Amino acid sequence: MISLIVNGTTHQVDVDPATPLLYVLRDTLGMHGAKYGCGLGQCGACTVMLDKQAVFSCLTPVAVLEGRQIKTIEGLGTIEHPGPLQQAFIDEQAAQCGYCIAGMIMRAQALLERTSSPTEAQIRAQMQPNLCRCGTHIRILAAIRLAADTMRQAAIPGRVQEVSR
Amino acid sequence: MNALSRRGLLGTGGALVVAFSTRPVFAQAEHAPTKLPGSLSVQPHLSGWVQVAPDGAVTVFTGKAELGQGIRTALIQIAAEQLYLAPGVISLVTADTGRTADEGYTAGSHSMQDSGTAIMHAAAQVRAILLQEAASRLGVDAGALSTTNGRVQAADGRSLGYGELVGSLSPDQVASQTIALKDPATYTVMGKKMPRVDIPGKVTGAAAYVQDMRLPGMVHARAVRPPRYGATLAKLDSSKIETMPGVIKIVRDGSYLAVIAEGEWQAITAMRALQDAAVWTGGQPMPDQAKIFETIQSLPVQDSVILDRKAEMAPAVHTLKARYLRPYGMHGSIGPSCAVAQLQDGVMTVWTHTQGVYPDRAALAELLQMPPQAIRCIHTEGSGCYGHNGADDAAADAALLAQALPGRPVRVQWMREQENTWEPFTPAIVAEVQASLSADGTIVDWQYGVWSNTHNMRPGNGGRLMPSWARANPLKPSPPMPIPQPEGGGDRNGIPLYDLPTAHVVSHFVPDMPLRVSAMRGLGAYTNVFAIESFMDELAAAAGIDPVVFRLKHLTDARARDVVQRAAQEFGWDKAASLPAGHGRGFAFARYKNLGAYAAVALEVAVEHETGRVRVVRAQCAVDSGQAVSVDGIRNQIQGGLVQSSSWTLYEAVTYDATGITSRDWSSYPILRFPAAPDSVEVHVINRPGMPFLGTGEATQGPTSAAIANAVMDAAKVRIRELPLSQERVKAAIGV
Amino acid sequence: MKARSITLGLAILVAGGSAAFAGLAWRPAIGKIASPTQFDRALVAKGAQLAAVGDCAICHAGSTGTPFAGGNPLQTPFGAVYASNITPDPDAGIGTWSLAAFRRAMHDGVDRAGGFLYPAFPYNHYTHVTGEDVDAIYAFLMTRTPAKLQAPATHLPFPFNIRLLMAGWNALFVDHSPVAADPAKNAAWNRGAYLVEGLGHCAACHSPRNALGAEDKAHPFTGGEVDGWDAPGLTAATSPAAIAWTAGALYRFLRHGLDDQHAASAGPMGAVSHDLSNVPEADVRAIAIYIASMTDPDGRGAAEPTREQQVAARVAAAQIPPPELQQTSGAAIFAGACAGCHGAGAPMMLNGRPSLALGSSVTAATPRNASQTILYGLQPGPGERGPWMPGFAGSLTDDQVAAVLTYLRWRFTDRPAWPALEDNVHRIRQDKSS
Ligand code: FES
Ligand code: FES
Repeated sequence: MISLIVNGTTHQVDVDPATPLLYVLRDTLGMHGAKYGCGLGQCGACTVMLDKQAVFSCLTPVAVLEGRQIKTIEGLGTIEHPGPLQQAFIDEQAAQCGYCIAGMIMRAQALLERTSSPTEAQIRAQMQPNLCRCGTHIRILAAIRLAADTMRQAAIPGRVQEVSR
Repeated sequence: MNALSRRGLLGTGGALVVAFSTRPVFAQAEHAPTKLPGSLSVQPHLSGWVQVAPDGAVTVFTGKAELGQGIRTALIQIAAEQLYLAPGVISLVTADTGRTADEGYTAGSHSMQDSGTAIMHAAAQVRAILLQEAASRLGVDAGALSTTNGRVQAADGRSLGYGELVGSLSPDQVASQTIALKDPATYTVMGKKMPRVDIPGKVTGAAAYVQDMRLPGMVHARAVRPPRYGATLAKLDSSKIETMPGVIKIVRDGSYLAVIAEGEWQAITAMRALQDAAVWTGGQPMPDQAKIFETIQSLPVQDSVILDRKAEMAPAVHTLKARYLRPYGMHGSIGPSCAVAQLQDGVMTVWTHTQGVYPDRAALAELLQMPPQAIRCIHTEGSGCYGHNGADDAAADAALLAQALPGRPVRVQWMREQENTWEPFTPAIVAEVQASLSADGTIVDWQYGVWSNTHNMRPGNGGRLMPSWARANPLKPSPPMPIPQPEGGGDRNGIPLYDLPTAHVVSHFVPDMPLRVSAMRGLGAYTNVFAIESFMDELAAAAGIDPVVFRLKHLTDARARDVVQRAAQEFGWDKAASLPAGHGRGFAFARYKNLGAYAAVALEVAVEHETGRVRVVRAQCAVDSGQAVSVDGIRNQIQGGLVQSSSWTLYEAVTYDATGITSRDWSSYPILRFPAAPDSVEVHVINRPGMPFLGTGEATQGPTSAAIANAVMDAAKVRIRELPLSQERVKAAIGV
Repeated sequence: MKARSITLGLAILVAGGSAAFAGLAWRPAIGKIASPTQFDRALVAKGAQLAAVGDCAICHAGSTGTPFAGGNPLQTPFGAVYASNITPDPDAGIGTWSLAAFRRAMHDGVDRAGGFLYPAFPYNHYTHVTGEDVDAIYAFLMTRTPAKLQAPATHLPFPFNIRLLMAGWNALFVDHSPVAADPAKNAAWNRGAYLVEGLGHCAACHSPRNALGAEDKAHPFTGGEVDGWDAPGLTAATSPAAIAWTAGALYRFLRHGLDDQHAASAGPMGAVSHDLSNVPEADVRAIAIYIASMTDPDGRGAAEPTREQQVAARVAAAQIPPPELQQTSGAAIFAGACAGCHGAGAPMMLNGRPSLALGSSVTAATPRNASQTILYGLQPGPGERGPWMPGFAGSLTDDQVAAVLTYLRWRFTDRPAWPALEDNVHRIRQDKSS
């Protein structure tokens, strides 16, 4: 048994410790956000956050995860109450097929949690590991900028705004 | 079932419904009246398109599939408009051999023309029938009734809901040929911004793709592929692998090899072990990559003259000649192909992201040796496919393995390297062009030839499903056929839209296929537009005329002129733009297939002299898709098309050697990444209310490639005629 | 180390001071010229190839990506030395440098204004480059796209901020004599020697350095250190390679960044082999032949059958890990994080990539290169093809990296375990973030 803390909830999973987190999230815990794209750390479709860092869940065996905080797109908000990045992706209509998007959002989330006012170059460098084949890049970048603005404004004391739940 | 619907996407309707619908499957018309608009001609029954339930729920059916192009939203908009309903109350059922019309493939930017047109007319007619019924029940003239939010209202305040009205109506009327459509001037939904219905679920982790399906008792499978086409499995000791944890079954049929396991990771681990244990021999010889274009041109051809015009012209003073080349390219979906299949009670159900559920069913029937009626193919969204990728083959894998393990749903997803090496590529193409200019810079002669394989090896028969090849009794693919003009395959857009009174265009169809090929976004249009629009710039330069002016000089089609002028104006083409050093501007135009959307692209590139690295800095596009349904959807498609085409144009080529395909992953087949994305791509949609819908999804693939090549010429004074415009190639052309 | 080098530095200051006194140290400025633009195309082309051998573009890569604009620091034990802008911009670059000024910089390590350069710029090697070749490089650089970017000035701590010190350093450590031809060796070997000892400045990374940062001439090519990576020894006795490097293997590695009997070119070496892909084939072969005369002095490595057997044996030995090893967390990490590429049946292995049993970073005396690669990965430039590895800095903790290193070392080599692994990994991470 390995215990995994996913979006704040602890799960006991009985799997081979070598199993990459991706398959445990999807097949054991029944989540859909993180996707298989390459299994080689080249595309970022599987990106989740691990202790504040964006990581490839396809190459992260659960053996290394005991006691660490895992955050997935399911932890950022719901369809009824999307988080700021999710809302920004909806507002910018930043998806075509959308297969890459959950990974995109998680990688951007890691940046915005670290840096509230990222420069364009920082955003692009951060997003470099993640691929989108539909060519949605322009909108993804716009959504990240928009979310950064929303999150910054929400952080101004005295301003009432819902940012996350 | 519960697990599925619990977090099912908004509006996915029945797409993930597991059991057969209890509703009867609609018979296809045997003698469809030919004059009915769009796909009403294949399915004239209104209830095949729009159904109103007694509780007022409205369901719309389409035989087309959502491929990430936003078709689901656009079709809902159309139905809502004509039914005078809020889009939110409509559920849409997409391609499903158990429920929807046979609309063939979702391809060639046909969805709006075929399905959109059918739904528009069917919805208008359903509303007209409901209105008539209300008029007779309320005893008033139909003209005195109004419709809002699913209710028909009389002036005196009495009203009847659609659901109430539908009860007494015959459920299965046939569409009439005269249908009054809503006046475009009164549209409230079509052409207006409507957020895509699928995005909220996709950004919050809902089950949205076939990859996300999880059925009770589902098992995971992986195929093991030969190292190259035609290699056979000479030796395999799988005894140790059979006992690996979770392994249920190793399936072997001739050289077809796969493993089924309880867990996905277990299936992958066992697949790798099999891969390592298997000894393969032989296989088809691979072509020599360095000589591929010569090879293509030396193979036997079937020629057809697709344009032959002659007119009295001014004498030529200048003749130019050029040869343009495009290597094999791959679809490269971010999510490798996937399917789920289950054989239960003699019925094979296959959830697949195929582009054509009916043709796929026919091919599967042959492969599985089952009657088509016993197979149900349900389209379930996958990662963007951009054409014929591994979707149908993955469906074949899943169905074969479900046959080997009856009762249990089997999910197969390809590995990245399998997708990259086994998907059908877009063919390598050669285009040769020669043209002459008169003294005043008019094109007085145009000779063009294009050499290409087929662009359609979709599953017409079981033998076109790749997994069938390795089996002990392999099926033979039906022979490749050219796609005839006016749509064309390798010769798509081979005929310029320009005024060329003397012109000769030959399509050299090459039946032999050195690598596996099929349809990819734009087909031959990408290369033909690259060639024609690069050459237009070469001619303009020879004539000493600005490239945009030169195009307009040869363009009388008013809608074409509009997009050209709009893109040039938005870009600021006239302002003798003083671009920074190393930057250049490029222009290109095409009307997709000469039948679809008009698109013009003006863009700026930066070329790094030292490395030859090219980046698109900004782009302005103008597009005319006829009546715009979802303006933002069009913008999204055009932007995405431009960025994707930039990636094809700057980086992409399938690589191969004697051992097989070597571009197995993203390190050997690099594509565009964020740091190289343009700063901005703006799209200007020229809306044409009331005009027919024109397919948009592939409109910028071609123009982008030529605009980039033209901009590189402007920036670095090098004309590159071979794709991709890789940094090595650009640097080599620049020299030191 | 630091205190010792400061003491030695002071000693040199004395030496330098007396040298200055003797009038040796003072160098005049060379007058500015208007940027020359006209050069023979063939000369420029030759210069381009020589500049690639000299790796100019690597150290002088712009901090913002503008080629030759400089600005990137080279970390030395004495502090960061910033590469200058060597584009022909008259203000930020070397546009006002005459050929004489450029030659003096290359041969003597003195800039146009008469200031001493730090030997992070390897003039101690470039001094061996013929005047003709320097002229070609000058022609090449003077025809680059000018970049206005001002590279940051280098500020080393006292006493190293006294540039005059370098006069003493030069007197002690710089040998201006040309690379001696060895008539017993063939032309390719001699060409290789000229390129390796001169422009290629291979010893600058692959030799150990003394406390004053000078190459240890008594032990050339026995391995050095650069930018947090080990530059492996190139002599037969010091090379960590599992199978001796032959000229053929070196050629493939240098030219294509990968040899199937060794590994991919990584770390600072990655850029070197990238540059060498633009150098004439004969020159790369010459370099390979010269270096192979060190790595494989008696030419035994080239005996193919033995070699194939050796490779096969190496790879086979690594196939079945002992049961006790399979129980470790390193084994689980390897299976989940590494085997998708480096395990049997993985796609990369199908492409003929070398087994880890052949990679120098796993057989090396220190775990430095293996740690660097695991933490930060390996990636080709934008749009380029090439070996790829994702970094694991975000997903693996120091002890987890240590566990997988232990496993790799045990499973893929016959060498003793690396000591103090976790500390080693920790230090690399700290250096990277500082
Ligand atoms: S699936 Fe993990 S990086 Fe591609
Ligand atoms: S939206 Fe389709 S891959 Fe990114």
